Amino acid sequence: MRQAHRALGLSDDEHEMIIATLGREPLPVELAMYSVMWSEHCSYKSSRVHLRRLPSEGSAVLVGPGENAGVIDVGDGVAIALRMESHNHPSAIEPYQGAATGVGGILRDVFTMGARPIALMDVLCLGPLDSAHSRYIFDGVVRGIGGYGNSVGVPTVGGQLTFAPCYKDNPLVNVLCLGVLPIDRLVLSKARGAGNLVVLLGSLTGRDGIGGVSVLASAGFVPDEATKRPNVQVGDPFEEKRLIEACLDLLDLHLVVAIQDLGGAGLACATSETAARGGVGMDIDVSAVPLREAGMSPAEIMTSESQERMLAIVEPSSIDAVLDACARHDVRATVIGKVTESGGRGRLVVRDGTGPAAEIVADLPAASLTDEAPLYHRPMSPATAEAHLAPSCTAVLGASDALLALLYDPSFVFRQYDHQLFLNTVVPPGGGDATVLRLAAPGLSWNGKGLALTCDANPAWCAVSPRGGAELTVAEASLNIACAGARPVAIVDCLNFGNPEHAEVMWQLSEVVDGIAAACLAFDIPVVGGNVSLYNESNGIDIDPTPVIGLVGLIDDLSRRPPGICLGQKGAVVLLGERGSPDDHARLGGSRWARELGGHGGELPQLDFEAHSRLCALVSRLVAAECAGDAKVPIIGLHDVSDGGLGVCLAELCCASGKGIVVEEPWTREELFCEAPSRVVVCSDDPEGLLAAARYQGVTARVVGRVGGDRLVVPGLFELRVDDMVAARSGRLAR
Amino acid sequence: MSPLGWTQAVRVAVVVFPGTNCEHDTVLALTELGADADLVRHTEGSLDGYDAVVLPGGFAHGDYLRPGAIARFSPVMESVRRAATQGKPVLGICNGFQILTEARLLPGALMANGGGRFLCEMVECEITSTSSSITSGASLGQVLRLPINHFEGRFTCAPTALKDMEASGRVLLRYRSNPNGSLSSIAAVANETGTVIGLMPHPERASTALMDSTDGRVLLSSFLDSAERRRDMKGASATGITAWP
Repeated sequence: MRQAHRALGLSDDEHEMIIATLGREPLPVELAMYSVMWSEHCSYKSSRVHLRRLPSEGSAVLVGPGENAGVIDVGDGVAIALRMESHNHPSAIEPYQGAATGVGGILRDVFTMGARPIALMDVLCLGPLDSAHSRYIFDGVVRGIGGYGNSVGVPTVGGQLTFAPCYKDNPLVNVLCLGVLPIDRLVLSKARGAGNLVVLLGSLTGRDGIGGVSVLASAGFVPDEATKRPNVQVGDPFEEKRLIEACLDLLDLHLVVAIQDLGGAGLACATSETAARGGVGMDIDVSAVPLREAGMSPAEIMTSESQERMLAIVEPSSIDAVLDACARHDVRATVIGKVTESGGRGRLVVRDGTGPAAEIVADLPAASLTDEAPLYHRPMSPATAEAHLAPSCTAVLGASDALLALLYDPSFVFRQYDHQLFLNTVVPPGGGDATVLRLAAPGLSWNGKGLALTCDANPAWCAVSPRGGAELTVAEASLNIACAGARPVAIVDCLNFGNPEHAEVMWQLSEVVDGIAAACLAFDIPVVGGNVSLYNESNGIDIDPTPVIGLVGLIDDLSRRPPGICLGQKGAVVLLGERGSPDDHARLGGSRWARELGGHGGELPQLDFEAHSRLCALVSRLVAAECAGDAKVPIIGLHDVSDGGLGVCLAELCCASGKGIVVEEPWTREELFCEAPSRVVVCSDDPEGLLAAARYQGVTARVVGRVGGDRLVVPGLFELRVDDMVAARSGRLAR
Repeated sequence: MSPLGWTQAVRVAVVVFPGTNCEHDTVLALTELGADADLVRHTEGSLDGYDAVVLPGGFAHGDYLRPGAIARFSPVMESVRRAATQGKPVLGICNGFQILTEARLLPGALMANGGGRFLCEMVECEITSTSSSITSGASLGQVLRLPINHFEGRFTCAPTALKDMEASGRVLLRYRSNPNGSLSSIAAVANETGTVIGLMPHPERASTALMDSTDGRVLLSSFLDSAERRRDMKGASATGITAWP
């Protein structure tokens, strides 16, 4: 027995806890269920004590963390559902299926709330593309996301790409999904009503993905571990498409009491979570589960992670209507058990067969698998960051070469995703700092409002200072949303870290949570859900701390397309925000420029929450007026200053519009590449009006250049042809 | 009265196979042009009540085996064939185009893109024939900006078929800069009567307000006008056509 629990990923202490809970040795099926449910991936046992510090309250929040997705009221009887999740280790081992099933899983989290998924976003962190292995992962992941998302019929409307050596063997694939729903269709995953039926919908159950959450997702691994490939699930987007339509039909017809998707930990998770949340018991017969292959054991059936399955709780009087609706969509539906009384911790009984002779293979309190899972206060110790940048960083390097090296064109990726379905995509990925969608879906006609979406991650910042980097990441996301004319509504996060058994990693996690919390409180944005992915390490080296922030904003009147990343034929180039102080210019730690030169450590630029809020309010108001069609200060185009600093910002504006910019005064290299936050470059033909509006809002602003010519001219540094920048940018990913 | 000036809305059947995903967008675009568009399931036996038929984009039956290869056996395809025979405008968009070639209602086939990657982007297409139900309202040489969204969009056909089609004005649109390697840069073709159309770009995605282009309206308006003209000539004998061998 001692060997059995270890092979399943449970510690000796955890085994003792199980014996104490049950008052006896666990049965084999019970042990399998505990091993997956108490895995790091399912239980958040290392991170729960920290996650509580994230602010999740808000007047518009209908459902916060803990459910399948966060749900936010956006007015007019409409709500949005939002969730982000990682699929890192599966993507490392089998890039196509790993990424594809990541998409499938996050979709189910959203439509299980009654929402129609209308948008996906993907954040990828990969090793540099000079390695063949990284190119293999990049290609497979992008094809997997497209292969699943395009086919299932949900547009992939944006995302982010980061390249760094720490992701070479442990790439990160984080997927965000947003859905919309009429509020009266909202359904939770709380089972209730003794005698109600437990119905399994969708795919057959097979041996794929067994132990995916435990041995795969909750342990570090060595690269090329092909032996773990069977732990990766296989996706079927066509099944999922039918499942979406069937489930939304069931919810429209009010035929289900509760519904929950089957993801990590499969039936063990779905049955115990719905029972525990509802405070009821459940009686399941594994022999009723339709199987893909013969001879599966009850433990395999309970922990299989076969994709495209849902668990619905149905009143007996509705079962015929449920079976009919599912048949209409060619979706399999099978009664596999019933809800029982036995309240409190919810008694979960699993049988193999029917009748009194059926063997009981598990009999345990549902809550012991979920809320009562182990909770660890793991030791923490500060990671030692280098106080100064490596000397090579301050060495002389041609600023123009450095700038060219920092440019890449993400449209190579977005082009492989259907980003237009549902006719909502008003500002496509790459067209602005945030993607802008109409707030509409099939069955929910457009009400004139818009949504702005962004996903942001900057592990280089977080490596220098986890707390400061997390604050800057939230600030960056909120400025992106402001540049689309939106006000922020809700955040979901995905926290990717190394091995939690390393004290430095737990310190990083704690610092990042504090950074996100501080910024969210300062900007008044609730965190409505998220995901933690630990054990992102390879060969004993942890990844840089990588919090990913997904932020959704609301545009009240989207009568017109907002200005994007572009320049007019002519016009002034105005910098909103501080040009920077000499002190800030030394703060190049974590900058793309420093990284490119091999510099680590140093200090991050400072973030002033109040100044940042003022800038966001100003930009959001100006762009919202453009969206509503009543702008008094016209804006031609705009782009926030982010990674790569002013240099990359100006270059991207030039590349997007094929026009040059002449900067008026000399800049230093440090000024060009410093990533100081709270800055936006605006192209305007009414600079006086813009400067006046900025003054009124208490935002520093100045004209820094003019649109014109076919070059980016920075006095004292370089003149770069726009064509050369476009060429450098476009070739970098496609190889 | 409709935006296009009809007295009675044109009735369009938008066919939904399992895995179709552009049906709602297509209905929206047609409705904004004044049509009365219904979703019709793939099991439907009759399309007699409709003036025109659209097979929208998506992944019918998951595109498993080959795009359109399973969908061509759906019960509704007999009705689509009958509608085509009656001379009703039938438009296959993207996956719909693939289904029409698999059903032999159009010549040729759609192969995987030359670059081996899925492509979702704006392309420019030139009108190369106005003798069809989707181009009758356009002018020769007119350039339309339309989105494409496909993995298998590389049209190909036998050299004789290409010669026939070119000679009889059945190559309707050509890409100005060929994105997928299609034969002769073909983006859209018609059958012999110009009423059964295969169109690789998505006109419905360049149709409604706030989109990057509204050029798709040129094609969809022509399509609806053609359907209306045919309906108003009811009684006049429609030209029968045969399926492609």
